[in-house]
Amino acid sequence: MMSTVLPYLLSGISVGGQYALIAIGYTMVYGILRLINFAHGDVFMVAGILMVYISASGLPLYVSIPLVLLITAAIGFTIERVAYKPLRDAPRMSVMISAIGVSYTLQNLVLYITGGLNQYYPSIPFISESVTIGTATTKMVTIVTPVLTLVLVVALVLLINHTKIGMAMRAVSKDFETSKLMGIKINSVISITFVIGSFLAGVGSLLYFTNYTTVIQTSGAMPGLKAFVAAVFGGIGSVPGAVVGAFIIGICENIIKGLDVILIKAGLSKQMMGLTTFSDAFTFALLIIILVVKPTGLFGEKTTDKV
Amino acid sequence: MKEVVLELENVTMQFGGVVAVDSLNMYINEGEIVALIGPNGAGKTTAFNVITGVYAPTNGCVRLRGKTIAQGHPTGKMRKLYAGTHIGDYDRLVSNTPDAITEMGVARTFQNIRLFKNMTVLENVLVARHMRLKSGLITSTLHLNLQEERRIRRESMDLLEMLGMADLAHENAASLPYGRQRYLEIVRALATEPRLLLLDEPAAGMNPQETEDLCDFIRDIKERFKLTVFLIEHHMNLVMDISDRIYVLDFGKRIAEGTPQEIQDDPAVIAAYLGVDEE
Amino acid sequence: MTMKPSAIRKGLDRGAVISIILIALIYAAVFVLEQIIPPTSMLFTVLKKGATYALVAVSMNLLNGFTGLFSLGQAGFMLVGAYTYGILTIPVAQRAAVYQYYDGGLVQFAMPIIPAIILAGFAAALFAFLIGLPVLRLKSDYLAIATLGFAEIIRSIFQWDKLGVITNGSNMLRLFPTFNDFNIRNADGEVVLYLSTLVPFLIAGVCIGLIVALIHSSYGRAFMSIRDDEVAAEAMGVNLARHKQYAFCISSFFAGIGGAMLAMYSNSVQAKSFTSAMTYEILLIVVIGGIGSVTGSCLSSFLFVACSEWWLRFLDQKQMIGDWEVPLLRNGFRLVVFSIIIMVVVLFFRQGIMGTRELPDLFRKRQRHARRKEEMAK
Repeated sequence: MMSTVLPYLLSGISVGGQYALIAIGYTMVYGILRLINFAHGDVFMVAGILMVYISASGLPLYVSIPLVLLITAAIGFTIERVAYKPLRDAPRMSVMISAIGVSYTLQNLVLYITGGLNQYYPSIPFISESVTIGTATTKMVTIVTPVLTLVLVVALVLLINHTKIGMAMRAVSKDFETSKLMGIKINSVISITFVIGSFLAGVGSLLYFTNYTTVIQTSGAMPGLKAFVAAVFGGIGSVPGAVVGAFIIGICENIIKGLDVILIKAGLSKQMMGLTTFSDAFTFALLIIILVVKPTGLFGEKTTDKV
Repeated sequence: MKEVVLELENVTMQFGGVVAVDSLNMYINEGEIVALIGPNGAGKTTAFNVITGVYAPTNGCVRLRGKTIAQGHPTGKMRKLYAGTHIGDYDRLVSNTPDAITEMGVARTFQNIRLFKNMTVLENVLVARHMRLKSGLITSTLHLNLQEERRIRRESMDLLEMLGMADLAHENAASLPYGRQRYLEIVRALATEPRLLLLDEPAAGMNPQETEDLCDFIRDIKERFKLTVFLIEHHMNLVMDISDRIYVLDFGKRIAEGTPQEIQDDPAVIAAYLGVDEE
Repeated sequence: MTMKPSAIRKGLDRGAVISIILIALIYAAVFVLEQIIPPTSMLFTVLKKGATYALVAVSMNLLNGFTGLFSLGQAGFMLVGAYTYGILTIPVAQRAAVYQYYDGGLVQFAMPIIPAIILAGFAAALFAFLIGLPVLRLKSDYLAIATLGFAEIIRSIFQWDKLGVITNGSNMLRLFPTFNDFNIRNADGEVVLYLSTLVPFLIAGVCIGLIVALIHSSYGRAFMSIRDDEVAAEAMGVNLARHKQYAFCISSFFAGIGGAMLAMYSNSVQAKSFTSAMTYEILLIVVIGGIGSVTGSCLSSFLFVACSEWWLRFLDQKQMIGDWEVPLLRNGFRLVVFSIIIMVVVLFFRQGIMGTRELPDLFRKRQRHARRKEEMAK
């Protein structure tokens, strides 16, 4: 039994870690701007494409990886300045529409550049190597991801809780207007949030695409949405919440992918039910359940609207 | 003996650890004008919100003409946090959404004007008549209810005309001057055919002359529509002039009740308002 | 600017009359053009797809622009409509060919086109009703993500192998009646009267007409009051749950009909094409047209379709001016230009083409809407 479940569990943990790195970007931006950054998944995808092109140019890995992360962070910064900052005082719907517009733009730009063809992700030594755990054979990235994710999250939590900029972030997410009045430089706090979020999405893309090996303009949409669901599930605005949510979603999704096989091997089912189809749907079903049962998510704080 | 229109019994409203309204008891008789006063943050608007169904009371009971419209007791986390009295007296839960309460004949205005900003003055009033409409979705969409539609338009225009706002009917509500917007809120509330009208600081931002006009206006509509009026107000001239009785809240607690004269002489009220000039 | 209370605006004014005449002229022009221009012309592709998108965009506008519910489920409801239409209308004789992996499928009857289109709407509305029960209680941005999620779930369900006897699994539905079946043929099979563009125009026109009528009814006013201020609307006796559910189901009903029309336009239906990207596209059409303007949604649908299918096609091919090859032009450039236009509209022309104005307003001399526009911009 365990040997059947193990490979799915492992890839669940791995994907969960990758979702977590994306989810942090969503949750931090939402915490501060109350904006669902629909373009975040596409930033993640663009990071993948950048890696493809930069490594094709022959640069060694110790240059190309930092370069990819740097450019990704810069893209996040630019998107915020160009597409969200001018709409600071506009209704929330306008900003969300702008985010959808950015998502559309990034996808079309990549479609234009790549010609809409699958791009093969370069294999990164060490994390692309195979490794055997118990009965399951998997790539090294499966083990690296959760470890790296936890290290980065701990670093981020320390940053948020123990530095001056972290304090500013917490203040802004508590009360935007008052923080402004208290002399916090709102725009730089927001920019830093986008830079951190995009940087982590860049790291996530390195791990995710090493696993999936190809990138195309729509590659970011699904992981992006799932990471967002993870952020909501964990309680939007909360970094640890997003991480926990991401792992839960990653694991559940992969178990469902293997559910047919697992059920048959366990003797609970006679034939394939085609349940794999529902691995994506499951995430959204989970989202709707959590929104109805506990809209603030696992770790979210309750807020009441003033009448 | 006049009928009691509204009755609050031990109403407590607690948000987390903050008790906004604390075991409030009060009643309003048919045809009265009753004011609710108190310093800022005393819980006046919260009391309004409990009456109109925006909040469910943490504990206690609200009755409209003897019928319980809201009743609650602490549940969930609140059971531990609850700091008020009368636990266990209100086990039956009763709640109504704001629209249901409006339908029962309770209408309100808002402290910070909440008109439908992208709609015309007339449309603002028409929305308030929507719930009294007999025709359903399909009849209405196919415009088979021309008679009814014409009738509610006429009634709404009559209301506006009464106010001298008929010529502004097709103006955008948000383009009206501030004072007119306050009046429009009252007219809109009247269009729901209330028998009890709740006014949340109707004179806010008005000068003495405007306040006096408003005073006459409230008396006038009260007679004309046979209303009972319950208002929150800071302008003491208006309150003392217009009210039959006054309740005073401070930190969520009722500290006094009585006629304007009694309230003015009440040492507890004077203490609560110490340092605040009477206008 | 004095208006006596007795002069309540009713019936038709100048703007409305001119608008009706204009619309009638457009329909007449469509009819005439179809008889004289070869049916293979790009014009008809644009008109048919434009009419379809116009209906879907207006249905989305009813939710986003008039009721203030930011829903992103449109593609999901179109999918339900398209499948319902396809499943109900494939001729019995063709079913074995279509459902080749499912023994000809479960459904063994075929309905006439118009009832099937209406049922497509009802099927979508039914889904919307069920989805609306949990999600309409959510606040704006959560509602957006939940409806987007539901659209994805619907897409998975329709592709599920176990439902293949009805939905044909992940295979496409085809061979059902299309717009071309509206053409009237003589005994030899020659077309004597072309109606393949006029009929979709009529279907879309009737549906949009109904939506406009709804917006101008008491219920439409209730929807707009919810958009402007939920708390105040509720205090004025508007039952939020019920009215949101109405708006959501009605919008989905027409999205379902739009889906059926899209199926007829493209001759086949496949669940995987109804992605969130489709919803985004429709949303962007609504934004370009002006959130809160039915006229704007219609205009921008035709513009959008014309640009993407026709006028901007040249951007996707190499172009030579003399010996000079115009740089950048190759596959996908059209979409890049498109994206840039959209971002410019979103960032700098937030009113879109029409703002909240409608066709009749263009022929009225009143200043109200100009002022309304200013207020909206604040």
